[in-house]
Amino acid sequence: MPEATDSVDLTIDYSDIEAKYQIQYDDGFDNVLVVDGLPIIDESKLERLRAKITKEFSKKGMSVKQEDIYMPWDNTAGKSKGFMFVEFKNYEDAELALATMHNHPFDTKHTFKVNRFADIERYTELDETYVEPDIEEFTPREHLRAWLADPQGRDQYVTYRGDEVLINWHGKPSQCELAYKPDWKDFLYVAWSPLGTFVATLHRQGVRLWGGPSWKPQQRFAHPLVKLIDFSPCEQYLVTWSNEPIVVPDGAIQGPQYFSPDDEGNNIAVWDIKSGDLLRTFSTQNEGDSSSGKKQMQWPALKWSPDDKYVARIIPGQTISVHELPSMYLQGKKSLKIDGVVDFEWCPLGDKDKEEASASTKSTKKIRENMLVYWTPEVLNQPARVTLLSFPSRTILRQKNLFNVTECKLYWQNQGDFLCVKVDRHTKTKKSIFCNLEIFRMREKDFPVEVVELKDTVMDFSWEPKGERFAIVSSNDPNLGNPGSGVTIKTDVSFYQLDRGKNDFRLLRTLTSRTSNAIRWSPRGRHVVLATVGSSSKSELEFWDLDFNSDDVHRKEGQTDWGSGIQLLGAADHYGVTDVEWDPSGRYLATSASAWTHTLENGYAIWDFRGQELTKQIQDRFKQFIWRPRPPTLLSKEKQKQIRRNLKEYSRTFDEEDAAEESNVSAELTALRRRLVDEWNAWRSLRKKELGEDRLHRSEENHESLEEIEVWIDEVIEQTEEVLAN
Amino acid sequence: MRPILLQGHERSLTQIKFNSEGDLLFSCSKDNVINVWFSHNGERLGTYEGNNGTVWTVDVDPQTVFLVSGAADNTLRLWEVATGKCLYTWEFPTAVKRAALNENGTQVVCITEQRMGHQCAIRVFDINRDEPTKQSKEPRYMFNPIGSKATVCAFTLTPNVIITGHESGKVALFNVKSGEEIDNNERAHSDVVTDLQMSKDWTYCITSSKDKAARIHDTKNLMVIKTYTTETPLNSASIAPNRPFVLLGGGQEAMSVTTTSARQGKFETRFWHKVFEEEVGRVKGHFGPINTIAVHPNGTSYASGGEDGFVRVHHFDDSYFKAKLYGDLEIID
Repeated sequence: MPEATDSVDLTIDYSDIEAKYQIQYDDGFDNVLVVDGLPIIDESKLERLRAKITKEFSKKGMSVKQEDIYMPWDNTAGKSKGFMFVEFKNYEDAELALATMHNHPFDTKHTFKVNRFADIERYTELDETYVEPDIEEFTPREHLRAWLADPQGRDQYVTYRGDEVLINWHGKPSQCELAYKPDWKDFLYVAWSPLGTFVATLHRQGVRLWGGPSWKPQQRFAHPLVKLIDFSPCEQYLVTWSNEPIVVPDGAIQGPQYFSPDDEGNNIAVWDIKSGDLLRTFSTQNEGDSSSGKKQMQWPALKWSPDDKYVARIIPGQTISVHELPSMYLQGKKSLKIDGVVDFEWCPLGDKDKEEASASTKSTKKIRENMLVYWTPEVLNQPARVTLLSFPSRTILRQKNLFNVTECKLYWQNQGDFLCVKVDRHTKTKKSIFCNLEIFRMREKDFPVEVVELKDTVMDFSWEPKGERFAIVSSNDPNLGNPGSGVTIKTDVSFYQLDRGKNDFRLLRTLTSRTSNAIRWSPRGRHVVLATVGSSSKSELEFWDLDFNSDDVHRKEGQTDWGSGIQLLGAADHYGVTDVEWDPSGRYLATSASAWTHTLENGYAIWDFRGQELTKQIQDRFKQFIWRPRPPTLLSKEKQKQIRRNLKEYSRTFDEEDAAEESNVSAELTALRRRLVDEWNAWRSLRKKELGEDRLHRSEENHESLEEIEVWIDEVIEQTEEVLAN
Repeated sequence: MRPILLQGHERSLTQIKFNSEGDLLFSCSKDNVINVWFSHNGERLGTYEGNNGTVWTVDVDPQTVFLVSGAADNTLRLWEVATGKCLYTWEFPTAVKRAALNENGTQVVCITEQRMGHQCAIRVFDINRDEPTKQSKEPRYMFNPIGSKATVCAFTLTPNVIITGHESGKVALFNVKSGEEIDNNERAHSDVVTDLQMSKDWTYCITSSKDKAARIHDTKNLMVIKTYTTETPLNSASIAPNRPFVLLGGGQEAMSVTTTSARQGKFETRFWHKVFEEEVGRVKGHFGPINTIAVHPNGTSYASGGEDGFVRVHHFDDSYFKAKLYGDLEIID
């Protein structure tokens, strides 16, 4: 029988099965990479280049032997061709090298471009006839700034209480309503982006951004166990931080939006918001610096230049590293080495600068470069120093030496017009501390510096937004520095203003013996709220107006009396207040008592700028209240001026609306009350009637059952008449 | 007017009650005594001594002849108001938490605590008004409410029907004869019902609860008519006659009071508008939680007793009677 089968078999066509089970032979070039972008050299330098390349590879953790490198040679010119083949031990090593060495900067002029050997072959054999790609139908995205088109011009705010997030409109009493009730689950907290476009929630898996009128998810960033986030000022990038180092498990999804094995151990990540791509990760632990590891981390750890072009990171005592965006490479391929540097800040862009920047695309007028300021403490014989540096040119614009310095704090005015360096200085004996304010005027030639000397310790400093005034909280309370429970520190609050005539900052007024420890300027300037925050016994809010006498539009220089315009508008109290925040328009103030700090009377209140309470909500487990920020106005300067000039006309229509609203509200309220009273009265009279019937009924019953018939019967039984005889 | 401070107790107050004329105020406390005061000047008239434990509850009959008290020494006592003599003592296996007399003072209902293997029990006794020292030892009716234990109770206008408030927040109507639950509202409150007081004509009642709310119920069908939501656990609620207000009192739990200041403790009597459910005012004074509130039957004054051991009697000023809040609306009492 076996013979028979053999002979039959020959006739059967096995080709289909063979095709099915054909072994896919390895083409054998999986472990070969083509590295392009090498310098073109002649023979004399060949050995050195080979050595340099192997070193470069081994730096990134890949061992490449010299004999594994093959460099094709142009014999006619006697030079290399500028690329090479590298053979690795196996496929995995090659893949790793591809990921790490691609776009690796070899030196200032040359950058590696790495490809798989097989790919090159594949691409050369590519079919070159053009095939029209299918164009996906365009679906318009929702307008992310739709909320600005609100006909009533209301602002929004988000509240987070228990597990519930609410996004509300805030306007006139009748216009305060719920904007959206999301069903976001299991997150740490919410945060608005700086221009209000997105709201971010921090989940276990990472960050989610929501936005648009329907609050759809807009973007997500997979950073597990994220704890802190920071948006760049123009909302292009996002920085995330987690206390847990990044771990990339085997088989994790790879792609531009996910961490790769290289990122393991880092805990800061920078993301592109539009694409969702991961740009780079950093570690907060500085290598070989164990002492700083214990110190409290500064947040934001990465500081953005105001135009989103650069992001800078400080390694305390050593360097400031400035990275360019979006590539995230070191600007100029090197960091700023500054011995002993402690802190730095970018100079913010003023409205003027922004205008010039947008205008400069047309004209060639030079615009102000980015600036940053940093300070270094006293070391040996060298004095402490504050340095103003322009970037990216890296020229030092101004330096100032300071003596007996314990601590410096850098405060920019939000338009970048002034810089205040608050210097805590100690006396020779180092026993007591006093304070100097070194104020740099940034818009003048050579950046003149002026010093305000103070005897007391300054606890808080704050510039008036868009203004030339600042407020400080100072204290000479002996309890300062040893905070005990129940101790409220006595403070003084002082206002200073630039005197245009003399060109220096002069004291406007000091408010003495207060407990205020927080200054909150209205974002439009002029109004300021002084608050006592974080105290268990005091919780005052004071609403001040700094231009009470003058017409707000034309604030004149050198007005009648210095400091006479300061006026207290109102005082209020919000028990246990932890956060104080102005709305973006500077008309309302929100105060909240968050359950994260304490659990007494949690909730929030909204006040107008005069200190009148508009609403107060006491809610258990209340956590967060944040106003939605607004982007800068789109109206041109001229248009704004025109509106201001014709304010009366506009305000008339608003006044009418307000009047109508008021009468409407009161009418509605009276109607509601009338209805409630009617309902109550109806129910009461019904019960009263029943009761009356009941009582009547019962008394009748009682009457019947207990009827005692008492009859007095006088019966004359006998009547006798006796006549007494004498 | 300045409040009158009654300093006759050494420990926290448990209940205070005006008599039907309102000239006397009875107060009982954890220091085992019951005091009676002249409500108009705060002078103490006398003391009812004999209880051997916290006096949890007190009630006085409409004729101001007899007083009943329930205490932690497992007794319910009948006193003669005028002489302070203890006329009769009923004994139980557990403490008496609440006692209430009916409309004409012929019956008393009491709740005994669920403890030591004994269930929470509700008993009704007839009061022999003619020979007060001779009372029947056995209750007229007795039953054990099933489910959550009862904390407060009162007679209703319907004979043999009582209204109860429970630990679970339930408010129910019981027929004492059969022990049958006639009607209930399981979701009246979400935490312990701490007080239950009847309106002047007994057709509705107000309950307070640890769930920070007080509610007005129709005693006929247990419908919730009004709700007053505050931000603190409530211990007592009372209805002010003739004016459309209810008075609520409470504060932080007694156990956590030592860690909070008076400002945080919310130890104020709150006045709420009865119909609009809006808070209209607060009266400060106690430095501990308010345990009990009572309003004078004519609505001319009120008293509050606190964890701090004081009773504060406030006589209302003229403005209280004249103020026309929310405009000229006539509200039936």
